[in-house]
Amino acid sequence: MTAPAAPMTPMTPVQAPGIPRIARFLRAREAGTLALVLLVFLLTTLKNHNFASSGSIQQLLVGASLIALLGVGETMVIVTRNIDLSVGSTLGLSAFVVGDLFRSQHIPVWSGFVIAIAIGATVGAVNGAITTLARVPSLVVTLAMLYIIRGLDSKLVNGNIVVPGQVPHAFIEVGYETVFGIPWLAIIVAVVVAIVGYAMRTFRPARELYAIGSNPEAAALAGIPSARRVFVAFVTSGALAGLGGALFLALFAQVDNSAGLGYELNVVAAAVVGGVAIFGGSGTVVGAALGALLLNTIQQGLVAVRSSSFWDEAIAGGLLLAAISIDRLLALRVARSLRSAEGAHREL
Amino acid sequence: MSSEIAPPAAGAGMQGTRPEAPAETTERQPLWHRAARWEVGLVVVLIGSLIFGSSESSTFDSQTTLFYGGINAGFISIMALPMMLIVVTAEIDLSVASTLGMAGALLGDLWHHGWGIWPALIAALAVGVLGGALNGVLIAKAGLPSIAVTIGTLTLYRGIAEILLGSQTIPGAGDRSFPEWFTKIGVVPVPGTHLSYTTVIFIILAIGFGVLLHATPLGRSLYAIGLQPEAARFAGIRVARIKFWLFVASGLICAFAGILLTAQNSSVSYDAGYGLELNVVAIALFGGVSIFGGKGTVPGVVLSAAIVATLQMAMTQMNIDPNVQEIVIGALLLISVIVPSIGRLGRWSAARALVRSRSRP
Repeated sequence: MTAPAAPMTPMTPVQAPGIPRIARFLRAREAGTLALVLLVFLLTTLKNHNFASSGSIQQLLVGASLIALLGVGETMVIVTRNIDLSVGSTLGLSAFVVGDLFRSQHIPVWSGFVIAIAIGATVGAVNGAITTLARVPSLVVTLAMLYIIRGLDSKLVNGNIVVPGQVPHAFIEVGYETVFGIPWLAIIVAVVVAIVGYAMRTFRPARELYAIGSNPEAAALAGIPSARRVFVAFVTSGALAGLGGALFLALFAQVDNSAGLGYELNVVAAAVVGGVAIFGGSGTVVGAALGALLLNTIQQGLVAVRSSSFWDEAIAGGLLLAAISIDRLLALRVARSLRSAEGAHREL
Repeated sequence: MSSEIAPPAAGAGMQGTRPEAPAETTERQPLWHRAARWEVGLVVVLIGSLIFGSSESSTFDSQTTLFYGGINAGFISIMALPMMLIVVTAEIDLSVASTLGMAGALLGDLWHHGWGIWPALIAALAVGVLGGALNGVLIAKAGLPSIAVTIGTLTLYRGIAEILLGSQTIPGAGDRSFPEWFTKIGVVPVPGTHLSYTTVIFIILAIGFGVLLHATPLGRSLYAIGLQPEAARFAGIRVARIKFWLFVASGLICAFAGILLTAQNSSVSYDAGYGLELNVVAIALFGGVSIFGGKGTVPGVVLSAAIVATLQMAMTQMNIDPNVQEIVIGALLLISVIVPSIGRLGRWSAARALVRSRSRP
């Protein structure tokens, strides 16, 4: 939370430049999420030693990958005070269309990814265009698109699901092959997180997303082309959801019309747990990805410890509530300390 | 965009014409006009969908359509009523379907453990109230964003339902079945009518909510909260307290919907009503409730619920596959937000033309 906010707010005496990098890292919101991931991992391993096996760790990474990937785009959108609820449907649509093309047209493997991304970007462009041109709330637009895309997807599938064997082997390898023990899937997602994460820290147009979310009027007055930036955020979110569809296909090798069903709220939950403020202006894609990893680690940890999965959802929900409550407390404390520091500064 | 309209307006002011006149027309009229026009539009759509239904399906003009329309849509529409009040105050409750599931699951679990039907029903309502109160405390007292909180409780309450029932469906093999008076609400209409019990309950609740929102000071204050929470607070409206009780009311009514759904199906499993939260939101928004708060009417929501139910019945009878039905509902929702904004753009350019014509000597 503090990381993205820092360049926006003027430097206060407490946050003087020259804080050692390690201290800044430890203070970052992401460090807290990462620490929680490790804590959950350790606690689970104490109960069930198999949890630390390489197979189990691979499963953790793979399981979190899709939500983390969608979380990257979602973060870009949420940061601008918008929301994209259509990501789950978009993932389902692109997964099926690509699978269907493999089955009927025998398209080359690489083009599967390209088509998936193109489908997603198209949906994102529609979301972005309606939201920015018609100036209507993105929650409503993307909620409507959730239904439209899901309906379209089910119509296309129409019982004719893609089954293993219809997808080229080289494509499915992405889902289970590993490099030095790390699944390809996780590597792809990590690369996306790294690229977008770096851009969101460094590149001006990406930084402007934070400005738009923090204060839309000020952003407009500062000459930021808000509509264009928000549009690009939606297109990126859609494109990543499309890519997610290809990865879903690679991972499961089969697709029916329920692919990605309900992902939208999991993705938002992961972003919020990872410190992305739902009302925009702060949060990082790394945080969102770690949020996805945390939720998945808890879920699989519970399975490893109890062998009954009935408690998963309740605990995930409780955790989400705890995360936003703690965030709020921390934010209040930071605000208070900043205010008192400011007061002290003025007295000098 | 704003920079485009600013220069001509300023020019008009300098030349001594009346710049406030066009401003008035854009400020005052539309609020009223738009609200009036929205419900009128919904009535037209409803009539259109009724005509569509009866012309396309020979079985549409029958009492069974009316009855089953209510069975399919009644319990969802009931949840849209408290939802709309919450959205009017610029909050949202995404935990409605999970609250429904949690209450149904508790009812099933207690029944499974030999409780009588009445204590079990009361417990189910009570758990709904508790669920709503938790939402209310976190949102109204702690000031957390409702969308985040209720995504959390969406997962939490569904999780509690799962803990209670696991993978079993109640009543299972060894259980008593639910009392006949309870389950018959899913098969017989209210005596003397062709309406399902859920329809009648929805109508009664809608009247209650309509009176509350449109004819009481409390109802007016909800709009104030949605439009300007700060100003509302300074005007002496107890914003936090009202929001808290709205979420409690939502919890209670969703629990009630859970009971109705259990009765209708004569059984309950933990995933009852799974994923319906967005349908409920869609009904409220299509009914003309603004997601930003401060706008929306109960008649609008009632019409919206009726349209959705009518279209679903018509399309089901025409054997249109449910997926296309989803597309239609989504498209309706999309149109419902785009059309008013086109109107807004139209008025805006009309106002600009007016300013231009006056600024000419």
